[in-house]
Parts: sequence; structure tokens; C-alpha cells
Amino acid sequence: MRSTLKVICPNEHLGFAPSKTASFAIGVDADPDIIAADSGSDDVGPGPLGSDTSTSPLAWQTHDLELMLLAARKKGVPMIIGSAGDTGTNSRVDLYVDVIRQLQKKHDLAPFKLGYFYSEVDKEWLREKIRSGDAVTGLDARPDLDEAELDATDRIVAMAGVHPYIKLLDMGAEVIIGGRSSDCALFAAPAIRAGYPEALAYYLGKVLECASFCAEPYGGKETVMGEISAQDVRVTAMNPDQRCTIASVAGHAMYERSNPYYEYVAGGCLDMNQCNYEQIAEKTTRITGPKFVPAEQIRVKLEGAGKIGERFVGLVGIRDPYTIANVDKVIQWARDQASERFGNQPYELHYNVYGRDGVMGALETERSVVPHELCVMVQGIAQTRELAEEVCMTGTRQMFYARLPDVKGTAGSVAFSLDEVMHASAAYRWTLNHTVAVDDPLQLFPCHTTMIGA
Amino acid sequence: MTPLSSLAKTIRSKNAGTDKITFDIIFTDRATYERVKTSGALTRETVAALYRIDGDRITDFVNFDPAFAIKFTILRERPSGSPGDGDIFGAQQYAPLLSIQIAEPA
Repeated sequence: MRSTLKVICPNEHLGFAPSKTASFAIGVDADPDIIAADSGSDDVGPGPLGSDTSTSPLAWQTHDLELMLLAARKKGVPMIIGSAGDTGTNSRVDLYVDVIRQLQKKHDLAPFKLGYFYSEVDKEWLREKIRSGDAVTGLDARPDLDEAELDATDRIVAMAGVHPYIKLLDMGAEVIIGGRSSDCALFAAPAIRAGYPEALAYYLGKVLECASFCAEPYGGKETVMGEISAQDVRVTAMNPDQRCTIASVAGHAMYERSNPYYEYVAGGCLDMNQCNYEQIAEKTTRITGPKFVPAEQIRVKLEGAGKIGERFVGLVGIRDPYTIANVDKVIQWARDQASERFGNQPYELHYNVYGRDGVMGALETERSVVPHELCVMVQGIAQTRELAEEVCMTGTRQMFYARLPDVKGTAGSVAFSLDEVMHASAAYRWTLNHTVAVDDPLQLFPCHTTMIGA
Repeated sequence: MTPLSSLAKTIRSKNAGTDKITFDIIFTDRATYERVKTSGALTRETVAALYRIDGDRITDFVNFDPAFAIKFTILRERPSGSPGDGDIFGAQQYAPLLSIQIAEPA
């Protein structure tokens, strides 16, 4: 085993916004052994997974893949991408593989071996699990998966751990495009494979996965470098104006997770209770003391999304203080008109009242302020585009006709800046946030390799 | 009394997966962190009362010494991005924390 392994990461969510190239170039000059980034997030809502699309533009995805591929091939080091195309579905993996193929041609790169794996899960396999009594366990207070919820699901991905990445490196892959993965796994995999302690390897992944979010001052899309040894992890900001400090590195352990001490992956849990942080240079913090607790049974996390229906959006303004005070009655009037018209057909109407609690809904704590104007966003959802449009139009326009007993303005209860409703993306919801037991950690992640440019 | 917004460096909220929102309150120095931590103004109970949610919707409440941070996580009313969700990223749910009043140190 070499004394250290260096990994650089240029972007916390490849494609969502382009990486900054100057700090990446500094990182490449520091002779990394691995260039890696995660490209996924469930922050983007259930729509991309359900509809099998990316929320990131292809141009930005290509920009970063090109940046990383050229550097990795020039240096002769592996390039690793996880959770291709925001969701890590099979089509997104194929998309990234194709981008790599095009980039090889464009730059006439010497042939190399590309490894990739898929993450989509067959619904019928899960149905068998449910029927055989092998529970698909709900996370975050969700009930275990039942067949009704499975039927309401359009697409499911499983969250890979280190296993398919190690497998593909063993198969000689020089570039890896991964399906849906735990962010930290794609960084941990090459370190574990090289013989470094699992706990430090997972910590390396944990701290690198969000690139410069572990540095200060705040600034995303900048490259950071992590260096693992048998004793510690050292993380350094590559941007000349950023530093990795004890506060910024420890602070990042909290980011986007419910508990700063534990990180769960397929195969175990990274325990950061005993982490010790030490500033060893202006831009570098050293971490020791993480622990890895292997799981007794390998359970893989699943994400699933299901379509509710087509969707239209309407916008409504209100200025009359009496109408503002009675906005719930105005909304109820419009709901009643929709109910009268559409009866038992399935549809949904949703109202966000901006100026009152449009952002926070029931969590809003400020209930004493009386706004002088309101904007109401109306969403109408139904199986067909035609019905969704009519539902939304009813839910929006009928606010104009609301009958309030003491209203002075009898020519119209609300204001429209557009007398129309607008077609929006279809409505989806997260149907799965569950785990399933597997016998083999590679079971849900078929691995493939192909020569590019040969 | 001093508002939390004058004492903390960072007060933020963000999704933690599809079903939870996590809140981070981060201080620049240990003294301020300890002052807020021991003030009793920021606890599982006060946060539940502020947001008017049942205590069991707060899944985690952690005083995170290495980062001088107080962190808690709540279960969402509905998963992120469901129709009607006004904050898909959960990024604006921290606003009520800004004006929490912290007693002067004894």
C-alpha cells in the first residue's frame, strides 16, 4: 500500500451548475490518484426520477465530464462519477456513457476501458419480497412498502455502496459511470480497494462529496482534495481564497443530514462521534478517529417516485383587505365549484397563499401580521392534460366569483395578471424511501465494461 | 435579551432526504455556542413549541460541539416536491429561528 492516496472532487452535484475550472486545474496539478464527483441528488424533487429526466442541462453535464475526463486521461488516473444525471436511472447512465464516448472522439483520446453499472430496481422483484414476508422497510417514519404504494410507483433506484465501484476497478475500468449511489461510496471505494482503513475511507468520501462546501468562505463548485493515509484524512481547499478549517470541515458533517455523527451506507454505518479535527496548515484540516460499524445484514436504500397526474398552474392576486381576511373562504368557494363540476373524478387542487404562509404552510409561526396584498398559486392536477387544465382554470377563475357577504367590490374578488393557467411539469411524489435486504451487495447493481475508442 | 440572529454565524435549513428538513445553527466561538446551549431557549421542546409540531416529529436534536453547532431535524408534513410543498429544498424554513431571544449571560 502506498503511504497516501489523493482524491480530488470539483463539484458537489455534477451538472447542476458548472464546476469552477481554475481551482480544478490547481487540484490536477497536485497529482491526484483519483478524480471523482457525484452527480445525483434527491433534492430536486420526485419529478426527474419519476419521469426519467435530468434536471441539469446536458451542456453543463458535458462541461464537467469533459473537464474531468481530459484531466484524468492526461494524468492516467481513474475518473469516477456516481449517480449519473441527477437520478442515477439506467437512461442517465447510458446518457453519460454516450457523452464519454463522444468526448473521446472529439479529443481523439487514446482508447480506455469504461465501466458502468445500473441501479434501477424491478418492481416485480420487490412485489415478491413483499409477498414472501421479507419487509421492504420504511425509513423516516414511513410504513413498510405495500403493493398499493408499489403500484403507484413509476421508477425505483437502489443506492449503491462501494461494492460496484470496487468491482469495476477490479475489472480494470479507467473511467466509471455509476448509477444511483451513496455520495461517499464512490470516493471510499478506491481507498478501501487500495487497503486503507474502511472508517477513514468512508470519512474521506463523506468530507469530499460536497466539494468546497467543506471549505470557507462559502462558495460552491470549487475543487477540494482529500488525502488518506493509514492514520488520517487530510482535506485541503484548492481555491486560493478558500480554506478547510476545523469549523468548515466539522460543519460540513452536518450538511443535509439529520444527524452529524452517523452516515449510513449499504453495508454499515460511519460513526463520527470520536472524530478529532486539527488545523495542520492554513488550508488543510486533519481528521482522525472515525469508526465504521459493519451491518449484520446488508440493506440497500431505495428511492421511488410515482406520477400523480398532469399539472397546470394559475396565479391570483388579492388587494381588498376584507377579501384578504377571508381568503380561506374564497379558496373554499373555488374548491366547491370544482367539486360540483368534477364530482368523483380524481383530481387535486393545491393552494399556496404567498404573503401569508405560502412558503411554510402549517409550520409558519408568524400569524399576527396582516398583509396588504396576497398572491395565491393554484395547482390543478388530473390524469389528462385537458382535465388538469380545466381543474386549474376552475380553481383559479372561480376565486374571481367568490361570494363574500360584505364585499364592497362586486365586479371581481381577485386580480389576474394573466387570465390563463399555465402548463407545468407533471406532478409526482416520493413513493419509496425504504430499504430492502440483499444477499449479495452487487445483486441490484449489474456491472459492465466496454472499450472506448478501440 | 439578544436575538439568535445576532449571535449565530449561520442559521439554515435544508432537506435531509425526501422526508425530513434539518436545521443548523452554527456559532463562531465556543463561548457564544455554550451561552446559547445553556440558555434553554433552543431545545427540543422550545423548537416544537415554536413550530407548533408534536415533539415526536423532531427526529434528532444534537448539540454538536466540534462545529459549535446546534442541529435538529424534523419530519416533513409531506415529502419534498409533493404538489403544494412551498419549499422543495426546505431552504427557507429557518426564518422563525432568527428572532428567538437569548438571555444575557449570568
